[in-house]
Amino acid sequence: MGNTVSLTMDGKAIEASEDQTILEAARENGIYIPTLCQYAGTTNVGACRVCLVEVEKARSLVASCCMPVSSGMVIRTDTKAVRDAQRMIVEFLWASGDHNCLACESNGACELQDLVYWLGIEKPRFPIEPPGYAVEKTNTMISRDLNKCILCGRCVRACNEIQVNEVLDFARRGYRAKVGPAFDADYINSECYFCGECVDACPVGAITFAQARFSGRPWELKKTRTTCTYCGVGCQMDINTHNGKIVKVTGNRNYGLPNQGSLCVKGKFAIDFVQHPDRLKTPLIRKNGILTEATWDEAYDLIARNFKTIKETHGPDSIAGLASARCTNEENYLFQKFMRAAIGTNNVDHCARL
Amino acid sequence: MAGLAAAFGSGAMTNSIAELEHTELILAIGTNTTENHPVASAYVKRAVRSQAAKLIVIDPREITLTRYADLWLRQNPGTDVALINGLMHVIIAENLYDKDYVATRTEGFDDLKKAVKKYTPQEMEKITGVKASDLEAAARMYAKAGRAAILYSMGITQHISGTDNVKSVANLAMLCGNVGIEGGGVNPLRGQNNVQGACDMGALPDVFPAYQKVSNDELREKFARAWNATLPTKPGLTVVEMMHAATEGTIKGMYIMGENPLLSDPDLAHVETALQKLDFLVVQDIFLTETAKRAHVVLPSACFAEKDGTFTNTERRVQRVRTVVSAPGLAKPDWEIIRELANRLGYPMNYTSPAEIMEEIRTLTPSYGGITYERIEKEGIQWPCPDTSHPGTTFMHRDKFTRGLGLFHAIDYRPPAEIPDREYPFLLTTGRVLYHYHTGTMTRLSPGTTERCPESLVEINPEDAKKLGIENGGIVTVTSRRGTVTAKAAVTDRSPRGTIFMNFHFREAAVNLLTNPALDHVAKIPEYKVCAVKVEPA
Ligand code: SF4
Ligand code: SF4
Ligand code: SF4
Repeated sequence: MGNTVSLTMDGKAIEASEDQTILEAARENGIYIPTLCQYAGTTNVGACRVCLVEVEKARSLVASCCMPVSSGMVIRTDTKAVRDAQRMIVEFLWASGDHNCLACESNGACELQDLVYWLGIEKPRFPIEPPGYAVEKTNTMISRDLNKCILCGRCVRACNEIQVNEVLDFARRGYRAKVGPAFDADYINSECYFCGECVDACPVGAITFAQARFSGRPWELKKTRTTCTYCGVGCQMDINTHNGKIVKVTGNRNYGLPNQGSLCVKGKFAIDFVQHPDRLKTPLIRKNGILTEATWDEAYDLIARNFKTIKETHGPDSIAGLASARCTNEENYLFQKFMRAAIGTNNVDHCARL
Repeated sequence: MAGLAAAFGSGAMTNSIAELEHTELILAIGTNTTENHPVASAYVKRAVRSQAAKLIVIDPREITLTRYADLWLRQNPGTDVALINGLMHVIIAENLYDKDYVATRTEGFDDLKKAVKKYTPQEMEKITGVKASDLEAAARMYAKAGRAAILYSMGITQHISGTDNVKSVANLAMLCGNVGIEGGGVNPLRGQNNVQGACDMGALPDVFPAYQKVSNDELREKFARAWNATLPTKPGLTVVEMMHAATEGTIKGMYIMGENPLLSDPDLAHVETALQKLDFLVVQDIFLTETAKRAHVVLPSACFAEKDGTFTNTERRVQRVRTVVSAPGLAKPDWEIIRELANRLGYPMNYTSPAEIMEEIRTLTPSYGGITYERIEKEGIQWPCPDTSHPGTTFMHRDKFTRGLGLFHAIDYRPPAEIPDREYPFLLTTGRVLYHYHTGTMTRLSPGTTERCPESLVEINPEDAKKLGIENGGIVTVTSRRGTVTAKAAVTDRSPRGTIFMNFHFREAAVNLLTNPALDHVAKIPEYKVCAVKVEPA
């Protein structure tokens, strides 16, 4: 923490730490400054310029995400000049892409859409001229429609600075700049690890979940927080469902440690097993050598009978149990309690002794 | 687990994942972190790229992490103890160790010093294949860092010398005063989501929850009273011992919950025989796995998204698992099934929710004493957490080790159980790939992970491939003393000469038909990591 400085923002006297930006100080004091390219955990680049503010004595409007506060600064976030500049930028972004919200997966969860509405823009003053890129549908996980890309660079920074996978970059600069893997390759033909960080980072509908297409609109999805079932990192995630069906998995940066919103390809794109038709749905009992559907009662009774007989004939240590690193703590606890107290043996282990 | 427990008094990861981002140096040995623990690897990579931390990678394979490394030591598979002893030799010879720390926090230093005396970098070059100058550079870099974290994973534990490997790693960390400080530590990354929890909960043959020994009368008495039962005194069998006992006919009945030993255990042919000999086998799972197909009774269970509970992650963080959707058909959560079975066996259990089970757990498990569902609703808590006013523990052994003083172990290098010879000239090492998990039963059902990695590959060095007439994408057979599998070759520099790599995710090329069930003598972890094979174009 640097020293505390006093400044004025929108007529209000506030205090901030001198290593904070104007944007950070504003947020801490409940003053709203819109942003598009700013993304926590990555470098502030000031690329989109919608976070412009007026600073007394500065020659032009400044990008608040990149300007540190200083003592005695007088800042206005809501002047006509600021709004005009923001409108100009947003209208330009709208006009230079194919922002057809009707069929967009991000409709209702789009930062550009929100900003258009917030600024009260009826329609852009420029003619709408999308670049006409082909939509990338060459893999089943991530779909890209760069006609909706606003070149904020969040995906590039998420890939390089958060996951440090170093796959994405800007190809060409300026008016027809483009984001993507090297040599303009599709994700599937690149080094992409399909962590999906760029999907969560994209503020618009340019990078989306391929499998979730037309499976539920953002406001229809129910998000349930849980812990990933794969590796030992134990990432926190939201499983998104629609009418009881799993639609997709998203990271959530509000959940804190251990993963701060990041996930990997397994956590994010390998959830299909849960609702797969091959799941076991009923108990099975071997009859004449063949596993045959049975009721729970039949199964329980058969197990109880057999374990009792084995225990009586050969002693409890002739029975062994394997618990599982896949099951919950509560289940592992009960399992070993069951083996020790109900069966009477310490023959209990699991397969992953790391 | 056993190695760390012997050195520190606790087998758990000493520090936290987030600390990796803010340390001065990370030494990653035997861990393909970017593929097996991708999000943990992001912390490591950020430390390197954004915080200017140093990274030393020790691995025979050219894993992705080597791209971020300041130093990469490519040791011959199975020579880790020799390598680490070599590092300590240099650190001691050059007086770079933390003398205060060694004097006040540890014991056994003199034995260690004697033991590593003969492990000169020049001698070690012959065994490990690592250049003496690289080894010296790594030793200096590690010793001179103010705070350094060691990461390891199955590349260290899945050897016949696994426990020795872990003790060596612990030696190295203590020698430089790196245990008990933020950003330091010895950090095993667990492969499966709840290995830590399964161990904590006593799903082990010799301990109750929180590693309380079943052979200790007082502790056993405590559990007997709480559970209202007479409890067995003799430690039980480990999984590999169970399979032997089943083959010999002394184990007659087995109850397997959510495991698939017919694909995950070493020496599959033997497991198959063992299971066939059983009078009665119950398998409880979410799919009809290879193991379930052999069962007398199969019980359908709810998966993680269909029940409440907790998992404990690799850094000891107890986190909530929540019901997202309903289980298919008649499937039930495992805890409900166990409860019902106990009742039918005449041992009453009346739990109505996992939260209620956790309440019982925390009264009997000192390290979980302060863990309640309410407290971990927003963020998981790291054990030890003895009571509900305790915030949890981000790094362990702060002022003293769990066992009091940290214990150095003088360890001598022993070669792997099976080394290449004329007939089986290659070393096979096994592991995971990013896109799949364990026996593949779950990840292979997703189109994305499958399109990225549709089949098992045998990674082989270009020079070896050329000599054997093997082309990239060509079919090869791999044969060990125990079996043969067939798969596609991937000709790549990632594999060093003389070593091939295969993953264990695909039942079509079940690599565990080849691996060696030789067990580490303490931890009883099979030597998945190295065995001798021959490779031929098919
Ligand atoms: S999915 Fe991950 S690795 Fe691939 S481009 Fe996006 S951020 Fe980068
Ligand atoms: S794809 Fe999305 S995140 Fe990436 S630059 Fe375009 S709008 Fe921004
Ligand atoms: S999302 Fe990936 S890194 Fe995170 S717990 Fe799941 S498998 Fe591990």
